[in-house]
Amino acid sequence: MTNVVFNRRNLLLAAGGSVVATGVSGLLLPARADGLAPTDSMSGGSNNYRKGAPIVDRIGKGGFWMSGTVRRAGDGTPLAGQRIQIWAHTTEGQEHEPQSHGATLTDKNGAFRLEMPQIIPVFGQPHGHLAYDSGEFKTVFLRPVMRSARETSLEAHFVLQPA
Amino acid sequence: MRLAKVALIWAALAAAVGVPIVAAAMSPLLAWRGPVYILAGFAGIVALGLVLVQPLLIGGYLPPLSAYRGRRAHHWIGGALLVAVVVHVVGLWFTSPPDMIDALTFSSPTPFSPFGVIAMWAIFAVALLAALRRRLGLRLRTWRIAHIPLAIVIVIGSVVHCLLIEGTMETVSKAALCALVLAAALKVVADLWVRRKPRPLAGESSSRP
Repeated sequence: MTNVVFNRRNLLLAAGGSVVATGVSGLLLPARADGLAPTDSMSGGSNNYRKGAPIVDRIGKGGFWMSGTVRRAGDGTPLAGQRIQIWAHTTEGQEHEPQSHGATLTDKNGAFRLEMPQIIPVFGQPHGHLAYDSGEFKTVFLRPVMRSARETSLEAHFVLQPA
Repeated sequence: MRLAKVALIWAALAAAVGVPIVAAAMSPLLAWRGPVYILAGFAGIVALGLVLVQPLLIGGYLPPLSAYRGRRAHHWIGGALLVAVVVHVVGLWFTSPPDMIDALTFSSPTPFSPFGVIAMWAIFAVALLAALRRRLGLRLRTWRIAHIPLAIVIVIGSVVHCLLIEGTMETVSKAALCALVLAAALKVVADLWVRRKPRPLAGESSSRP
């Protein structure tokens, strides 16, 4: 059996430790108990971005689906009518070329879905790029990577915070 | 018999370097790449092939080259490796400047980039040291203390860089080339170690001035 002996020193240590613990967690989590954290831009996400790419029904001839959702940070409310730009190196063009870019709007559930040509590996990884850059919320650039170059769809999700 | 062995060694080397290049040349990805990007990619593959040749030359594993000839060739191939790496980096820069800036500043999302950039700087450092070696009056011993660690960085950096890339190289031939690069480098370092212990090379003795 274990005998736990309390003396003044370890009682003080325990009390001090619990004060520090509550203090730190209080600092880390301000009054936003059930808060949905905003999405950070990914490194390299904005590479070859072309501001103001047009809204299109489909990029090129299609065959590959990029989809995702846009929600508000904190309460997670779906954001409708948000413009998301999508671009990638595909079978129909390189990343920087205009025909590789297109934008779409989220529906009432905050979801978007845009058909585009097949993404192929470039700079060592099969990846796509997405941007929210309309001003109302803070700009976010995403750069999701496909698990395999053979996949024909990719997802990316935005949680935006007010600008 | 001896001639057959020599022919076999050179054929094996040609296959080790040539097969990955031919396999990459058949990659379907090439159809969607521009000429500069393709050139940059192949310069990288050639560079990896040269990283295999270098330890074989300096270790004297390529008959009938004499030790002197092997060393001379090692210098020239070192120069070629430098050129290949410069073509690789410049070509990729023209293909996508932002991706290359990310890589060179170690802020790239791709895990293989820093390994390649570190290997590149190690190659630049060896080339600079080699160019200045006579002027600096570096003795063989000092030269090796500088060159061997950098060579190890080049080998490991290049191999990891290459293995993590999903590109035009075919997986099996790529892995085989990388394994041979590691094996050749290990063999040279091991041979140097063994030779050093019982009988230091001329000019390397540290016993008496």
